[in-house]
Amino acid sequence: MDNESMGFNFNSLTVHALQEQLQSGATTSVEAVTSLLAAIAERDGELKAYVTLDAEDALAQAAEADRRRADGEDAPLLGIPLAIKDVLNVTGQPCTCGSHILQGYIAPYDATAIAKLRQAGAVFVGRTNMDEFAMGGTTENSSLQVTHNPHDLDRVPGGSSGGSAAAVGGGIAVAALGSDTGGSIRQPASFCGCVGLKPTYGRISRYGLTAFASSLDQIGPMTHDVRDAALLLGAMAGVDPMDSSSVDCPVPDYTAALSGDLKGMTLGLPQEYFVKGVDPEVESAVRAAVARCRELGAEIREVSLPHTEYAIATYYVIATAEASANLARFDGVRYGRRAEGATDPIDMYGKTRAQGFGPEVKRRIILGTYVLSGGYHDAYYLTAQKVRTLIRRDFEQAFEECDALLSPVTPTPAYKIGEKVNDPLQMYLGDMFTATANLAGICGLSVPCGTTAAGLPVGLQIMGPAFGEEQILRVGHAYEQAEAGS
Amino acid sequence: MSWIATIGLETHVQLRTESKMFCACSTGFGAPPNTHVCPVCLGYPGAMPVMNRRAVELTVRSGLMLGCEIPLYSKFDRKSYFYPDMPKNYQISQFDQPLCEGGGVDIALEGQPPRRIALTRIHLEEDVGKSMHFRQSSGVDFNRAGVPLMEIVSDPDMHTPAEAMAYLVALKQILLYAEVGDCNLEKGNMRCDVNISVAREDATELGTKAEIKNMNTFRGAFHALEYEIARQIETLEGGGRIVQETRRWDPDTQMTYSMRTKEDAHDYRYFPEPDLMPVELTEAQIDRWRAGLPELPAARRERMVEEYGIPPYDAAVLAADKRVGDYFEAVARQSGNAKASSNWIMTEMLRLLGEQELEISEVRVTVEALAGLIGLVDHGTLNSNSAKDVFAELFANGGDPQAIVAAKGLTQVSDTGAIEGLVQAAIDANPQSVEDFRNGKTKAAKFLVGQVMRVSKGKANPQMVGEMIERMLS
Ligand SMILES: [Zn+2]
Repeated sequence: MDNESMGFNFNSLTVHALQEQLQSGATTSVEAVTSLLAAIAERDGELKAYVTLDAEDALAQAAEADRRRADGEDAPLLGIPLAIKDVLNVTGQPCTCGSHILQGYIAPYDATAIAKLRQAGAVFVGRTNMDEFAMGGTTENSSLQVTHNPHDLDRVPGGSSGGSAAAVGGGIAVAALGSDTGGSIRQPASFCGCVGLKPTYGRISRYGLTAFASSLDQIGPMTHDVRDAALLLGAMAGVDPMDSSSVDCPVPDYTAALSGDLKGMTLGLPQEYFVKGVDPEVESAVRAAVARCRELGAEIREVSLPHTEYAIATYYVIATAEASANLARFDGVRYGRRAEGATDPIDMYGKTRAQGFGPEVKRRIILGTYVLSGGYHDAYYLTAQKVRTLIRRDFEQAFEECDALLSPVTPTPAYKIGEKVNDPLQMYLGDMFTATANLAGICGLSVPCGTTAAGLPVGLQIMGPAFGEEQILRVGHAYEQAEAGS
Repeated sequence: MSWIATIGLETHVQLRTESKMFCACSTGFGAPPNTHVCPVCLGYPGAMPVMNRRAVELTVRSGLMLGCEIPLYSKFDRKSYFYPDMPKNYQISQFDQPLCEGGGVDIALEGQPPRRIALTRIHLEEDVGKSMHFRQSSGVDFNRAGVPLMEIVSDPDMHTPAEAMAYLVALKQILLYAEVGDCNLEKGNMRCDVNISVAREDATELGTKAEIKNMNTFRGAFHALEYEIARQIETLEGGGRIVQETRRWDPDTQMTYSMRTKEDAHDYRYFPEPDLMPVELTEAQIDRWRAGLPELPAARRERMVEEYGIPPYDAAVLAADKRVGDYFEAVARQSGNAKASSNWIMTEMLRLLGEQELEISEVRVTVEALAGLIGLVDHGTLNSNSAKDVFAELFANGGDPQAIVAAKGLTQVSDTGAIEGLVQAAIDANPQSVEDFRNGKTKAAKFLVGQVMRVSKGKANPQMVGEMIERMLS
């Protein structure tokens, strides 16, 4: 299980460590990518984290990075291999979104986040598995394959960015990108024992991120440590003329915020996130992390987010409503898979979508269509929008007295594969601590905080106010360093 | 008890922008299929719309010209329905908070007092692609998908096809004055849907309406309305019922046909477009746009009557097309003779433009040339018949009237001695006419003038010739 190859240990190799080795000339990008591909070949057979690997292309990019370095260039991520969730458009690569309906689609353009990483010198190694159209929390909803948790192959890696989490947690990626609509970065990161950051809505351009729920989606990094998350965030953040919802807010050097202590910080514990139903082992791991933060100089305070109980219902109304429109474009007319034997366009839509979408996607399209339909729109969609405002206000109030909030990421550690497949409602409840940050548009970080007796990772969630990434990265980093040193 | 019809119109106008509503693709007409497309207007995964600010400005400008209220806050919504020419299977439109509200269009039908047709709203949306059907297959051209469309919705405020026609003509004229779009019906950049119902004259509620979609000629709209009103009345008088439905006008049979009824009407499931920010305007911005508005056609007609002393009829003809009005005003100012300017443009110019299917902007007769020609006539250098020849030459080839007159030797003969000789010769050659004239037949004098003009090859000053004949014969 230690993926050592040519001296690289991908179980722990960070972006910043590899960066130093590349800068010092100790290694090259081609060497790093070659051994990473070897590690993937060795381990991904059982993890099934990647859906597409283009080794030839990855090595060509690595060689180009090495050439740029030889020419004296030193872009921040020059030669660093990254795994990409299969929901982001990368020119010339497939982008299946875990769905049969996008079979054969080749992206004609780069997502803005991808273009920025490319500019910064990153090498795109492969594309990772996900729940179909990012709908799910186990990656079992992928139409392509089932991904396994690297800490227990009988368990799910979480989702929807389960492929990226399993790749990083399983030592077959240096770092990866995910997307988070209701917890899809933070939850799999906690299940697989890696760091996952959902930035503030508007922090990273969504242009080129295949939309699930446009008002909730954000791209974010999944990494071995907090410093890497800060590095990748800095490379991707910033306003984009192609995304009107991106915000023109200065992009700081996020690594500069990583001071290693928490002196003068006030951290809140939302009481609604420490309730019955949270697995005792999860709660004790999180409580221990809270104690550690106190030792590091933070003041800990109980706070209340009174509308938390409505979050799941609100989230599923808004997310499915937006999804029902966002997924309408997959009709077989312009790209992707088209059903054979249709008699007219409407018949073609019906057949294409019936064959192309999996059951969870259909369930959500139907739900979203229902909540927007005449006669129900006000009762569901408008009510949900009002509750969303109340949830946002809860957080605004909490952040008036706290710099960040600490909580579990999920009520339980990773479940068994197949355990919840037939109980979507139970599965939806797993999003209760993460979906709130998407509804409020704020940022949230998942940092590993120990394991259960069975060896399953547990995640600590650190939520911050809108554009408060520096605060939550500082908390996560100080905690992580203290744990590493103890 | 007689029937009364109630008509409302929804008019779609393509805005004059370089690029599409939500992407940088060209709005150019007539390019090969699917050449003005990109991930955004093809609805590719992950592509996002970016608002065309110019389209917002042109819509607000139209609203200001039409007397609408401009709310400081408006937003875009998604309108969902499946159709192959819709790239995203939803259209970005505006549902409950459009860019312009209220307003009206003034119409004046002959023999009736002028009235204002009230508008409900104007909103901005994106156009769809164009389905094409071949023998073995169908295709879609997405060049038009995403082109900015402004939809002007009238109240159900018209009662006859003639009113609807007058509304459309006046609306088009105002939009052309506002320079917001080409309003070219043949090219499909202006089209309308009509809503029509009939009810007994004393009824307190409107009848059930039918909608006729995609009328692309004013005449078609007129005939469709005539047909539909008659059909509805006949149905009701026959004891039948009108069902709420969408109908299609067939110009070949001159009839409307049912397309779909309310039962299978779309539920568009509108909700706010999360990929676009709301449009927030300031009073200062709206004031700046208001300050840049051109005069309305009606105001211009009144001013032209006042300022140039031309008859209201002339003013209406000249102001009908803004560019013709601009041309007239420039010629009138430069020549100092508004009546002559108006006469030249209304008779010769508009006739030739019509015959040759040209626009005033394509014409070779410059403002300076026409003003110069008028001056030559006013100074007696050229008689009116020769002036027509010079105008024809200017229209055909352009140039300077003075030079044409010189080249053709058309300078009018106003030398008394020369004319006297010609008149004497004509009197000598036509004793019968002289006799008739002396017996009170004034027509005979005209004949003699004609003879002189013929002999002089049109160069004699006809006024002098006439006066001289009268003097010599009395
Ligand atoms: Zn385009």
